[in-house]
Amino acid sequence: MEALAPTTRVEHGPSLRQRLAAKGFDAVTLLAVPAAIFSLLLFVYPFAFGFVLSFEPKNGGWLANYQRFFSDSYLYDTIANTLWLSVPVTLLNLLLAVPVSFRVRLMRRQRLLTTILVLPITLGTVLVAEGLLNYLGPQGWFNRTLVTFGILDQPMRLVHNYWGVFASLVITGFPFTFLLTLSYVTGIDPALEQAAATLGASAWQRFLHVYLPLLMPGFAITFCLSFVQAFSVFPSAVLLGEPAGSTRVISIAAYQAAFEEYDYSMASAVAMIMGFVQLAIVVLVLASRGLFYRGPASGAKG
Amino acid sequence: MTIALSQFNEVRLDRVSREFGALNALRDVSLTIQRREFIALLGPSGCGKSTTLNCIAGLLPVTGGAIWLDKSRIDTLRPEERGFGMVFQNYALFPHLNVRQNIGFGLKMRGTPRAEIDRKVNEALSLVRLQGQENKLPGQLSGGQQQRVAIARAIVIEPPLVLMDEPLSNLDAKLRLEMRAEIRRIHNELGATTIYVTHDQDEALSLADRIVVLRDGVVRQVGTPKELYDSPAHLDVADFMGFRNKLKGTVLAVENGRTVLDVEGSRISGIARENLSVGSTAFAAIRPDDLILGEAGGNALKVKVDTIEYRGREFVGTAHSDGGLDFVFRAHQPVDLGTTVHLQADDQRVLVFAEPIKGRR
Repeated sequence: MEALAPTTRVEHGPSLRQRLAAKGFDAVTLLAVPAAIFSLLLFVYPFAFGFVLSFEPKNGGWLANYQRFFSDSYLYDTIANTLWLSVPVTLLNLLLAVPVSFRVRLMRRQRLLTTILVLPITLGTVLVAEGLLNYLGPQGWFNRTLVTFGILDQPMRLVHNYWGVFASLVITGFPFTFLLTLSYVTGIDPALEQAAATLGASAWQRFLHVYLPLLMPGFAITFCLSFVQAFSVFPSAVLLGEPAGSTRVISIAAYQAAFEEYDYSMASAVAMIMGFVQLAIVVLVLASRGLFYRGPASGAKG
Repeated sequence: MTIALSQFNEVRLDRVSREFGALNALRDVSLTIQRREFIALLGPSGCGKSTTLNCIAGLLPVTGGAIWLDKSRIDTLRPEERGFGMVFQNYALFPHLNVRQNIGFGLKMRGTPRAEIDRKVNEALSLVRLQGQENKLPGQLSGGQQQRVAIARAIVIEPPLVLMDEPLSNLDAKLRLEMRAEIRRIHNELGATTIYVTHDQDEALSLADRIVVLRDGVVRQVGTPKELYDSPAHLDVADFMGFRNKLKGTVLAVENGRTVLDVEGSRISGIARENLSVGSTAFAAIRPDDLILGEAGGNALKVKVDTIEYRGREFVGTAHSDGGLDFVFRAHQPVDLGTTVHLQADDQRVLVFAEPIKGRR
């Protein structure tokens, strides 16, 4: 009666390969190796190298670079200068992007308009800076038109100061902010607004009580990404600004340390401080997301 | 019950039209809805039933005609000025607000004092039987509970009219039956005038006081569920009311509302529902329940059996004739596949319709 004989006992469990696969490691995982090596060589190593280098100053103790930075107002003022540019620019871009996104969301020829709005990204900061230098300069179209019509007595100074850099950052930063904002705005189920309308909410109440709370987390992310971009401003601060004065941003300080003083250790220290300030702002903004609703932006489970 | 509904006598749609570009989504829809009535708008997808609802709610502007609430014209008002409660197909609950805040949203927008909001929300919660769930977010509720919140949110603002857009279509079959009974119970308790959009004739028949059948943006028939079920006015309404067998034939005789058709050489007699002339093409419509196995001769057709399905109390079969007509019929015993049988229908249960005029699309 072989049929009644005990079935063969399972001697060993699943093979190593099966156990690894169950944890998410299989042959496909190997495809991530080149990317891992790439980021190790081009990001992690230089970062670690710079970090260590910043504690090996030319003269003085291991904290000498940082002591020098925070005792010299010409250096530590760059943090305030950069924040004074990047935070208002980012907020303005976000403020402009929201109404534009709300309008574009309803349009049929979205793609054409989006392409036009995104064009400045492809031009690059230098081209935009050179263009603005001519357009906003004392002999540029903008000033000449205003003077011709008698609105101004003499050309307004719009370049080689704070506002030149500000304008350039708005132009190059807006498309990025807009695209992110648009994707968050279109992600919200239009039925929610309709429901609010049938319940008696005016257009402003619908924005305030339905859209805004659902969009806040997305706005936080958009703010962070746009802010980081604006914070590392360099070409337009040099070309359109006042690199020795009001637009002496932190990246200029790092550049001067590296290529004018040839003090790579100091330059690394400046870069570390720059990274830390960015990180602090980003962490602050992202942490504030916890105050808002963060679930899916549609009413039903589906 | 202190959720009072605003007083009015009727809502009147007067030749309402809605065009999307060149397409007429609605054409001259006229309809009068009495206070406390439960109206179902029934039709296949694309028939204009949701468009009608959105026009009444104000979410879509009408391109012709007018909508009246008693003596005031409302089709020019924005949705927030109309104050109709609407239940959406996907419920459209605010995901960041809890159940209590969702239900109280409309009252808050109207600037109702907080104490009154609390009182009315509590009543709405007990009406839809959701006490104890008020602090949950919509994402933490089941589909049926979300549905109840959506209904409570729409009725707590005490609207003259409650609009429901296929509210049960996202639920599974069992829950759908439960919620159907719930909607009926809430309607009975509250007497809220309701317009209910559905493509499911069972829902319309079981819930509505009157049914409006739409097709291609045109009202095809308005009547009580019994009127529509027993005597549909057109072939497409009959199709919607479960007359699944539509046999094409030629009219041989018409007399006193009775008519005889020649269907593939057999004589089928039935009740004429439209004007028919001898020699014209017509359709005999028969429900599967009324088409049973019989003898050759009296109101019967010869067919070959294709499939037989077990349905508990009885069997449902499909068959085809030599001429290519398809049949769905009822049987008490299983029939062997491929056998030739005669299907018979009582001539009181056969409705005869004229050939439909080709639609606009």
